[in-house]
Amino acid sequence: MAYSFPEEVLEHVFSFLSSPRDRNAVSLVCKSWYEIERWCRHRIFVGNCYAVSPEIVIRRFPELRAVEMKGKPHFADFNLVPEGWGAYAYPWIAAMAEAYPFLEEIKLKRMVVTDESLELISKSYKNFKSLVLTSCEGFTTDGLASIAANCRHLKELDLRESEVEDLSGHWLSHFPDSCTSLVSLNMSCLGSEVSFSALERLVARSPNLRTLRLNRAVPLEKLANLVRHAPQLVELGTGAYSAEIRSDTFSSLADAFSACKQLKALSGFWDVVPSYLPAVYSACSGITSLNLSYAAIPSSDLVKLISQCQNLQRLWVLDYIEDSGLEALAASCKDLQELRVFPSDPFGAEPNVSLTEQGLVSVSEGCPKLESVLYFCRQMSNAALIAIARSRPNFIRFRLCIIEPQAADYLTLEPLDAGFGAIVENCKELRRLSMSGLLTDRVFKYIGTHAKKLEMLSIAFAGDSDLGLHHVLSGCDSLRKLEIRDCPFGDKALLANAAKLETMRSLWMSSCSVSFGACKLLAQKMPRLNVEVIDERGPPDSRLESCSVERVYVYRTVASRQRLDIPDFVWTLDEDSSMRYS
Amino acid sequence: MPADLNLRLGLPGSDQTDVDAAKSNKRASPEKAEDTASNGVPAAKSADDHETAPAPKAQIVGWPPVKSYRKSTAAAVKKAEAESGMYVKVSMDGAPYLRKIDIKLYNGYSHLLTALEDMFKLSIEREGYKGSEYAPAYEDKDGDLMLVGDVPWEMFMSSCKRLRIMRGADARGLGCAQ
Repeated sequence: MAYSFPEEVLEHVFSFLSSPRDRNAVSLVCKSWYEIERWCRHRIFVGNCYAVSPEIVIRRFPELRAVEMKGKPHFADFNLVPEGWGAYAYPWIAAMAEAYPFLEEIKLKRMVVTDESLELISKSYKNFKSLVLTSCEGFTTDGLASIAANCRHLKELDLRESEVEDLSGHWLSHFPDSCTSLVSLNMSCLGSEVSFSALERLVARSPNLRTLRLNRAVPLEKLANLVRHAPQLVELGTGAYSAEIRSDTFSSLADAFSACKQLKALSGFWDVVPSYLPAVYSACSGITSLNLSYAAIPSSDLVKLISQCQNLQRLWVLDYIEDSGLEALAASCKDLQELRVFPSDPFGAEPNVSLTEQGLVSVSEGCPKLESVLYFCRQMSNAALIAIARSRPNFIRFRLCIIEPQAADYLTLEPLDAGFGAIVENCKELRRLSMSGLLTDRVFKYIGTHAKKLEMLSIAFAGDSDLGLHHVLSGCDSLRKLEIRDCPFGDKALLANAAKLETMRSLWMSSCSVSFGACKLLAQKMPRLNVEVIDERGPPDSRLESCSVERVYVYRTVASRQRLDIPDFVWTLDEDSSMRYS
Repeated sequence: MPADLNLRLGLPGSDQTDVDAAKSNKRASPEKAEDTASNGVPAAKSADDHETAPAPKAQIVGWPPVKSYRKSTAAAVKKAEAESGMYVKVSMDGAPYLRKIDIKLYNGYSHLLTALEDMFKLSIEREGYKGSEYAPAYEDKDGDLMLVGDVPWEMFMSSCKRLRIMRGADARGLGCAQ
């Protein structure tokens, strides 16, 4: 049957398939479809840079134009992965520079990117269009200067949440006058001041600019000028939102905003002076995304702004909003889909604001489209969680962080098993769950029984025994990523579910009860898993095999299990199951 | 680093090898150890090294799970909060209850005294404290009772812990001025 269609026809049909999963499925149908598909795949997504090698990718897909890749495990965001663990972008960049002269887009997350890599990118690809570095590190503003100077057709430069060594703001001035192609610029993570006139000229000569996210150093007094040059903006991130209160500054700002008819997203808002917030009111009816997570202002000021945004779909805010503010949000923003409430004082011993479980209950009740939540608070009850689960069975992502580890239901002093159980039972489409508070093995039984669509689970300070882990590994059919810290989970559950691990992208366990002996056994049993023991106390074989390892990171891979960039605190086990380390 | 201030990956006082179920629902209120290091320092010690006696509460690495760029915002916010309001109690001799004001809202002594006059419906002597009206006094960082007006305004703002509006007669001992 495969030969009844000419290749070109099949290729044309495949060109309508954009999702990597669909493309992967197509390539499994038969050998000729695999061949045709691999020649016409232009975009790939590699969820774990160590799951495959550059050589394998290049050999299979000769015509790539866009590469998206992720490096370190998620818990690296919270300093649980020691410095120097890996996820270096350079080997990929160097290999691709040779193989893909027409590469246009590179998107990296949690990888170490050097100035050398950036320079190589800027010089290797004639048609380079888009660089997105999310939570990356290892480069300086010099690297950015190379990109600015050499990428003639650059459309997108997005550095969201990356850690950049800020040598100076001079990099921005490297964009040549001939560069007029910018569509998106996100420099919000940078510290130093860029030349304001260079920035203004860049914005003025970029008619396609849709996204502009400034850094804190751009003063409010200059914002109006910038916005005036780009009334076509769809997403704007302000710099510091404070200035001496002057009516001319205000009216200038308000006028500039009223010219922006397409504005859908606002962010930035560092150091907010509330009197300046009304300057954006004219844009509020179109706003669907609002990031106020740096705005340290009282609830009443937050509410005044939010209640102007009747079409709000996404809100990120600090817990200054308090329960009362969330109630107001629930009343005015009926289209809300995503809410994130961040803690203003995460390390304080006492609550500094009046934000409790009630805020989340109000929003769940009042916002019928709410599907994604990240909520930090200091108290929770089973009753509240059950109410939330019943009001909002459409949750896809539910991440709750009760700041005190192992905090019980504050009303009944019981574990929060029943509450989280209700969440997984009612929310049948749940794909991502992060739990906190006092939890026993029972909650994991509920999860294994009900959370059939769950893809990512984060657990901390929970459970009683291996049974908990076993419930999850044996019950969660769709599980791809599991990250666990400080739980009494160990060898039995891991070894009993070894095969499951090959169906997942990765498993992270730190400060649990997994022994070195079990790690070796697992690696022996499962040759296509890389079992990395990450332990800063020296070689694991200098201790008893029954000793728990500090951290273990298990991931499936078709690349060699001995990655060349392995640091001296990581041990992986090779074919003859002896331990190898660099 | 002193042992009780070690950063660890596990909960303080928790025994990693103890897999028994019963976790107590009630937590003893933890003493907070000093922040000797930022939360970003990865713990080099393993949980096997801890003592069996419950340790004072050390900061747990990576908890709560807040990304580092948000932590500094929180710290900056806390600093800004501390700077944003300087509330001090104001008592008036003979009045049954006290008031509280934010000194930061005033741009000088004259402004402050006018506000106090409005608040307590009285008139405050500005010059000389001849004893016929009320005199404003404040308690400074050392706990001493001082006459308002002697030091530069900025210095007053940072050293004033409490205001007391004294009846003129009692304030005579404070009077010095000229």
